[in-house]
Amino acid sequence: MARKKIREYDAKRLLTWHLKRLQGIHIPVQVIQVTYGGPSLTELADMSSDFENNQTQVDGETTLQENGFGDQHLDVWSKDKSWLLENKLVVKPDMLFGKRGKSNLVKLNLSLEEASKAIENLIGSSLEVEGIRGRITHFIVEPFVEHDAEYYFSIQSCREGNLVSFGCCGGIDIEKHWDKVKQVVIPAGESPIVLDTLLANQDISRQIREQLEQFIKGCYLVFEDLDMTFLEMNPLTLNDRNHVIPLDMRCELDTYAVFKNQKKWLKIEFPESWGSQFTDEEQFIRSLDEKSGASLKLTLIHPKGHIWTMVAGGGASVIYADTVVDLGMGDELANYAEYSGNPKEEETYLFARTILDLATRYPDGKKRALLVGGGVANFTDIAATFAGIIQALKDFHGKLQVAKLKVFVRRGGPNYETGLRLMEELGDELDIPIEVYGPDSNMTCIVQQAIDWIKG
Amino acid sequence: MNVPSKSPVQLFSKETQAIFFNYKPQPIQRMLDFDYVCKRKNPSVAAIVNPQSASGGFQKAFFGRCEIAIPVYDSIEEASSKHPKAAVFINYASFRSAFESSLTALQQPTIQTVVIIAEGVPERNTKVLIARAKQYNKIVIGPATVGGIQAGSFKIGDTAGTIENIYRCKLYRPGSVGFVSKSGGLSNEMYNVLARTTDGIFEGIAIGGDTYPGSTLADHVWRFEQIPNIKMIVVLGELGGRDEYQVAEMVKKGLIKKPIVAWVSGTCASCFHASEVQFGHAGAKSGESDTSALSKNAALKSAGVHVPDSFEAFAEHIQLVYERLVKDGVIIPAVEIAPEILPKDLHTALKEGHIRKATHIVSTISDDRGEEPLYLGIPISEVIQQQMGIGDVISLLWFKKKLPRWASKFIEMCLIVAADHGPCVSGAHNTIVTARAGKDLISCLCSGLLTIGPRFGGAIDDAAINFKKALDNSVPPDVFVEDLKRQGRRVEGIGHRIKTAENQDKRVELLCQYAKQHFPAMKYFNYARAVESYTLQKANNLVLNIDGCIGSLLVDLLSSCGCFHEQEVKEILELGALNGLFVLSRSMGLIGHALDQKRMKQPLYRHPTDDVLYATE
Repeated sequence: MARKKIREYDAKRLLTWHLKRLQGIHIPVQVIQVTYGGPSLTELADMSSDFENNQTQVDGETTLQENGFGDQHLDVWSKDKSWLLENKLVVKPDMLFGKRGKSNLVKLNLSLEEASKAIENLIGSSLEVEGIRGRITHFIVEPFVEHDAEYYFSIQSCREGNLVSFGCCGGIDIEKHWDKVKQVVIPAGESPIVLDTLLANQDISRQIREQLEQFIKGCYLVFEDLDMTFLEMNPLTLNDRNHVIPLDMRCELDTYAVFKNQKKWLKIEFPESWGSQFTDEEQFIRSLDEKSGASLKLTLIHPKGHIWTMVAGGGASVIYADTVVDLGMGDELANYAEYSGNPKEEETYLFARTILDLATRYPDGKKRALLVGGGVANFTDIAATFAGIIQALKDFHGKLQVAKLKVFVRRGGPNYETGLRLMEELGDELDIPIEVYGPDSNMTCIVQQAIDWIKG
Repeated sequence: MNVPSKSPVQLFSKETQAIFFNYKPQPIQRMLDFDYVCKRKNPSVAAIVNPQSASGGFQKAFFGRCEIAIPVYDSIEEASSKHPKAAVFINYASFRSAFESSLTALQQPTIQTVVIIAEGVPERNTKVLIARAKQYNKIVIGPATVGGIQAGSFKIGDTAGTIENIYRCKLYRPGSVGFVSKSGGLSNEMYNVLARTTDGIFEGIAIGGDTYPGSTLADHVWRFEQIPNIKMIVVLGELGGRDEYQVAEMVKKGLIKKPIVAWVSGTCASCFHASEVQFGHAGAKSGESDTSALSKNAALKSAGVHVPDSFEAFAEHIQLVYERLVKDGVIIPAVEIAPEILPKDLHTALKEGHIRKATHIVSTISDDRGEEPLYLGIPISEVIQQQMGIGDVISLLWFKKKLPRWASKFIEMCLIVAADHGPCVSGAHNTIVTARAGKDLISCLCSGLLTIGPRFGGAIDDAAINFKKALDNSVPPDVFVEDLKRQGRRVEGIGHRIKTAENQDKRVELLCQYAKQHFPAMKYFNYARAVESYTLQKANNLVLNIDGCIGSLLVDLLSSCGCFHEQEVKEILELGALNGLFVLSRSMGLIGHALDQKRMKQPLYRHPTDDVLYATE
């Protein structure tokens, strides 16, 4: 995992805080998050009025320890919600999908009561956006900002550095006006001096240009400092006091950099992408994966499919799934499952059990195939990794027959001869068909075999 | 597209040497084993940089049959200035520190190629490395890679797996294929495929699975085009990123004239319904259509690259292209040569059962190899659970028996009563003097322990042995004492500096009382008492002392607890185990005295001169 999207609520909090911290730039962003199952917007508004009375008791020391920057600003700011009562509000689902405006999911200029109602109408409900169905669980609520001009601004990581784009034509139809967007690449590791060229010759007043210049430079520094890989504000505007304010914002962080950014990133979550839901089995393997030093992955594709995979290695596992699809049997591909990084015997056993449980769940009289595949291992003892799989297969003796499951094995690497022999012997012991292949056969040779078997 | 025209083409040769960052014995040994199998003259690892250790040391490794010493430095600068011929920097730093060390390496004039093994280097940092490498015309391979190999010449770290695999894939001699992939894991499979379908690789590089690898598929394809020994190029890409389009473009523009067989994996991505699925590699993310495997395969195909319809046909395509090149006379298949056969490691040979090895040490009391230590086969968790005491632990480790509770309780009592006897006895005195000389705790303890012997505390064994022998041979107490006297020996266990018949040693009383209540038999103690009543006739202080009491009662304990044969009891006594009890017990007191002196910050002790008789004249 490297690049991960974060919620708009978190993105705006991070940007506001770090613009202040790094450049002393204040942007009048105010946000609140309403979550499914959490307190409602009205309840949150009530809490904020309590806060006003207790404001003096904000514990500076805790803040100092928590973010390490001795910056009380963020804490005070995130607790003060008095604006909920004083302003008209904007309500948006904060679920990592885009085109909310076009999908008519952005509700503008609402009173607190109307905003609450708008959220209650949608929260927890299932919705199809961008062709994917999911459940709306998070909302972002902000003050409604009256504005005329809408700008487009984004920073995008690229191989050479970062691509910075700016246009005086933001909004939902940005694609139509893309020719008006100016772009410049800031080379990796260099200071963003050339950013000024973005605003040159744009149709904006000097005062606004200065504001924007300062803001864009600040954002660039925050982008670098926080290891962002993508930051987009569309639209970006200025409020009646000429403060720059992003109205809509998207952001991605490089999670590889978590080790140096724990304090700067606060405790933000990295949500799953829109619409992704996990079965109990997938969830179980995810928790196994998290606890393990090895890698264990499972995605169900067609739970009633007849070709099941359990492949060693990240690269190889994709190729097995590819080959099933490329040979025209994508509809029969039941799952994607990968294990690597030398999992312990116990982990491989639980992993194999989970897959076998799924593979034998819907016997329908038709033949099934399990691909126990993999390339030529570097150092992994093949016989040892098979031990867990063999144990799991033994557990499913009987069910394997009912599901008409045939096991196809292909593997190479240290001690593979023993591993393959153990698998063959297991076939005799359990009286189930098991075919084994070593490095002299193509890695994916068992895919065609499996297809022939389920068709036969 | 920018052709990296100034970047180096030939990265490796049979003379290439590397500086290895972070000491990792296994990959270093694997490199040297490869060197030997390829009959290289020099080992490929010139130096090791280990930032934690001081410069100037060495690490041993095998180079064939002999061991060599590889110099260790604490800085990259020093290592590269001392080894200017080492042009490859193999960085085994963690993802946390890989950036800084790689940047330093790139800045060394003698380093041409930097290989970064770690997975998880932040993108922002990698991009800086890419920019610097471009500026200095250098090459970065990785991050998140196993590295690469030039067959018969040079191997990076763990590339290509075990030595058996190197033989199997004929990596000990150059072939005609240039291979580049993203995945390191699959590169091993591909070396196997290429060994089956062609005369093998000339060079193989895994660029790593990150979004922005230090060098790209296109960078290496471009290098391969310019390496004369490479006659055909095989590329294994994957979904995500736009690298394969660059390759397609170079082919289209005629920059690459050698035939390429390529496959981009990830064609299954369209089957995944969720908006995004992250596959194994950071750069492999489905969801963006123009970086999909399908469209990249199509682009490569239309540019004139040989692209199969599925991975299954990849090997076949490679073979077809290879055979055509052989037929056209472009490739003259590599001549088979016999590789050097690597001597087996002791460890491997043992594991495979080819040799046996005599051990140098044998141990029967404990085992630390499992999840928890075993004391005589009993896991320590069980020791705790069963509420065993220190007496039980002593009996397990010293006597190799689990004694009944009354017996182990008695051992504990012995430990308690003999733990300390004030600051004036010779052991405590020595400890105190040592402590006041400013020595550490262990020195203080040892100094005290070293006084234990026949005159101080060390008489338990001899007392036990003597009383036992006498009673077993039915020697009357008076004869026993007189015999010893004739031989000019002391009666061990009898006599005390201050205690007398009237002023009995309280410790002796306590132990005696307990024994009377719990011991099944006390014949040796009773014998000792009989000896005492005879010696008391000679002098008032010739009482049964603590050594004699413990010694005789322990003989009773060992003989009557039902755990030992007669012969075993004798053995325990002869081994000196009983004195061990005094040593163990008194250690508590001695440590106490040492801590006490230190706590009070007592100054150096000097014995007063007026307390010495200077009989020098």
